[in-house]
Amino acid sequence: MKAFLMYRDRDFDPKQKLPPHHQALTQDLELETLFQAMALGDEFLYSIAKQAVLTGLQDPEEIRYRQDILRDCIKNSAVVREIYQIPIESIRNKRERYLGIWGTTYPSGVLSSAVRMLEMFVELLRKLRRITDEHAWRFESEGFRRFFAMIAEELDDEYFASVQAHLKTLRFRNGVLLSARLGPGNEGTDHVLRKPGHREQNWLKRALAARSPGYTFSIHPRDDHGARALSELRDRGINLVANAAAQSAEHIDSFLQMLRIELAFYMGCLNLYEQLSRLGEPISFPVPVAASQRKRSFIGLYDVCLALTMKGRVVGNDLNADGKDLVIITGANQGGKSTFLRSIGLAQLMMQCGMFVPADSFCANTCRGLFTHYKREEDPTMKSGKLDEELARMSQIVDQITPGCMVLFNESFAATNEREGSEIARQIVSALLQKRVQVFFVTHLYSFARGVYEKRLENAIFLRADRRDDGGRTFKLIEAEPLQTSYGEDLYRGVFGGQAS
Amino acid sequence: MAFCSVLYESAEGSAPPEMREAPPFFPDLNLDQVINAITTSKQEYDLKPFFFSPLHDTDTIRYRHEVMQDLESGTLLEEIRSFAQRMIIVRRYLGLVEKLESQNHREGWFLEAARVYCEAVTGLAHALSQADLRSRGLLAFRSYMAGYADSQAFLSLREETLQLKADLSAIEYCVTIRGLTVRVTKYEGEADYSVEVERAFDKFRQGAVKDYRSKLNVAAGMNHVEAQILDCVAKLYPEVFARLHEFCARHADLVDETIRTFDREIQFYVAYLEYIAAFREAGLQFCYPRIVQVKEVFAHDTFDMALANRLVREGTPVVCNDLHLQGQERILVISGPNQGGKTTLARTFGQLHYLASIGCQVPGREAQLFLYDRLLTHFEKEESIKNLRGKLQDDLVRIRAVLEQATPASILIINEIFSSTTLQDALFLSQEIMARIVELDCLCAWVTFVDEMASFCEKTVSMVSTVVPENPALRTYKVVRKPADGLAYALSIAQKHHVTYEHIMERVRL
Repeated sequence: MKAFLMYRDRDFDPKQKLPPHHQALTQDLELETLFQAMALGDEFLYSIAKQAVLTGLQDPEEIRYRQDILRDCIKNSAVVREIYQIPIESIRNKRERYLGIWGTTYPSGVLSSAVRMLEMFVELLRKLRRITDEHAWRFESEGFRRFFAMIAEELDDEYFASVQAHLKTLRFRNGVLLSARLGPGNEGTDHVLRKPGHREQNWLKRALAARSPGYTFSIHPRDDHGARALSELRDRGINLVANAAAQSAEHIDSFLQMLRIELAFYMGCLNLYEQLSRLGEPISFPVPVAASQRKRSFIGLYDVCLALTMKGRVVGNDLNADGKDLVIITGANQGGKSTFLRSIGLAQLMMQCGMFVPADSFCANTCRGLFTHYKREEDPTMKSGKLDEELARMSQIVDQITPGCMVLFNESFAATNEREGSEIARQIVSALLQKRVQVFFVTHLYSFARGVYEKRLENAIFLRADRRDDGGRTFKLIEAEPLQTSYGEDLYRGVFGGQAS
Repeated sequence: MAFCSVLYESAEGSAPPEMREAPPFFPDLNLDQVINAITTSKQEYDLKPFFFSPLHDTDTIRYRHEVMQDLESGTLLEEIRSFAQRMIIVRRYLGLVEKLESQNHREGWFLEAARVYCEAVTGLAHALSQADLRSRGLLAFRSYMAGYADSQAFLSLREETLQLKADLSAIEYCVTIRGLTVRVTKYEGEADYSVEVERAFDKFRQGAVKDYRSKLNVAAGMNHVEAQILDCVAKLYPEVFARLHEFCARHADLVDETIRTFDREIQFYVAYLEYIAAFREAGLQFCYPRIVQVKEVFAHDTFDMALANRLVREGTPVVCNDLHLQGQERILVISGPNQGGKTTLARTFGQLHYLASIGCQVPGREAQLFLYDRLLTHFEKEESIKNLRGKLQDDLVRIRAVLEQATPASILIINEIFSSTTLQDALFLSQEIMARIVELDCLCAWVTFVDEMASFCEKTVSMVSTVVPENPALRTYKVVRKPADGLAYALSIAQKHHVTYEHIMERVRL
């Protein structure tokens, strides 16, 4: 039995290695804010949200599978939250009743703790079955329909009855029957626990067979050695069945854990959904297309982390960059360039993990990997100069990058003079484009931006942070050629007041 | 010809009494380390006496060379190993039989011993019949084995063993434990309950989980409850167990004496071959030396086995050396810088001759070695309060003892004596001793710091340890034949300190 709520055909792996650049990604896109909003203080939700967002999908089909389940969750949030409580309850029960399989020295010990675990699990499974009976009809997604159908089929009344019977037998109130063979040295070997009275022959054969002879002996009640030997022998017989029971308990335990893991992602999405709803921010389910295509058009895309931080509505942007590989963003300082770049990255990650995105509408191709290359603080260890450090990071990115990836540059390579920085940027970007990597580049490197602009590339688009003539900012980006000034003077005025000298 | 031993050819008494003590020169030549390393994993065969007994006739040495050569060609060595492995098991089972109390249990292990013994014999007889043998020793043993394995006695032993084993293995019985009462019955098709439980919960299977099977004590042996159960089983199947009792009584003397001896003696070769395999893997060579009774000896690309053992293990390259004595030459006088491999070369000279004299291969690409009567060593000893003599006096007392035992057919290894006196004294004493050795005309390797000894007479050959001129601190461990002028070393030291002629000419400016 598998939950399969994250993938159609496999388990979600909460331990899957995160991409090596995940720390940079988290820092540059302010992902902490997103994870916190999804977790609402729950460590487990936090870890799964982080895992899911950072290990997104590429296949649009897989993305749609999760989107459909998420739609069901939004529609039936109370039922989903109730199911999520079942694995939580299991954890609580284990803790409160000291259940668990400890000390594997004696099979009899393993067996009795396994039986107690199993009894507790059976109760929870019954509850799951009841929820299924009552609410399954409300769900429309392929994932949930499969899940509920599986519960109804596998956990039917007959099954519960047979499990109940086994749990009773496993207490062995009528003694233990085991078979053995003579191994080397005539020592008993291949001990197998047998079911008394359940013979494989048919009743007729049994009736005809003469009652076979047997020999009986007893251990003296004060013979401690004998008693210990006997319990060792008994243990040898029940070793396998104890193992089977313990493993079964562990399997059910991990089924419930898996259910918790896979639902946790959707719980996180629900949490975020509810917060954005309260802020009055729109969300929509994105339309993912294959990584081989070049699509990116959206209306009202906003930076979800900024909205969460400001606790209010923020400015959204519209863009049609279908068919573009390169987006170069220039323009006024504090004009919303960084925010825009972050919203691009966030939407990409959210789309690829199967979430909704913060926009009125959003359609984009998936990418094979998202990288960020942002200007950083000076290296405090003074091990390397700033440009040196930037290029080292670039080199790490190049180590990992493949065609179909996407890189977001924010004011990179500005740690040297304009001409050299431009040349470095030009060389890097041209190479990446050759390798079919999508590039978003926020820059003040005018020679670089201008140089690319003058090539009139089919697959490039130029955006500029808008500035009203009075120097005020709209925080909107418009499609426009790069300018030689970034209006730093405006800022200067803002800070010092009055005219620049 | 009746087979007797793979170590000695003729049946009558040529095998000397086994030496329990290592020859006195073992520590000086580090042969104690070598032999310990060879025999350490073979303790149960008690092989050391074989390694402690040098041979004094070339024919027995050749007899051993033949056997070792046979073992090296083809897969025979592998077959001998699996035979030995089985014989070890046989001995272990028979050891158990001695100790156990319950008869049915004891006899079970005896049957097991018989089964493995039959496998060992049949396997070895077959392997020998397939092998392309040249050695007198193994050819004789092969015909002995063929006769034994085909004998009526062995064939029926094997037949009975297999039948009994099959009959006992077919027995399956049930034990019901309820409280302190145990009931033993024949097995009658009761269903496997573990499988049923697994099946009941199978649908939750989520991939690999922990193994909760307890590590139950399954060491050989039975407690009295199991023994009682076994007795009940014997009562359920009286016919099979009756045959087992009778079988054990009839075959009490299981292992053939000649095979037992072979099993031990062949390990002399196996142990040696296994030991040198690691050296060969490291690129070092071994050869069968030509054993001669004239005093012309040589060895090419040879090395000290004890030192090489350590170096190979550490992954450090081993430096090989050449040595030879021809015509009038009798004495290798080894001098040169310290830590340059002088003592090592002297040891090598001794080891080569000793290993050759027990019929083994020796380190080196090619070798011709002398069949000596005595190997005598004189190595510097620490001062000992017990002998109440000064060091110099002690040196002299010991060297006299050595010279008294030596004959023209002996080999002497002398290492740095007379170091505790003035150079003048040392020169004098060395010359005196050297004269006696020259007079004796025996083979000798002599490590000395007295350069003058190197050109003593036409019987002495000078060998000098060398260094890299640019970096005298780097040791080459190469010891070569050349005059002991002591110059190369001093010059290189001078270069290092920039005090050569050119250096001084250059450094001292006007």
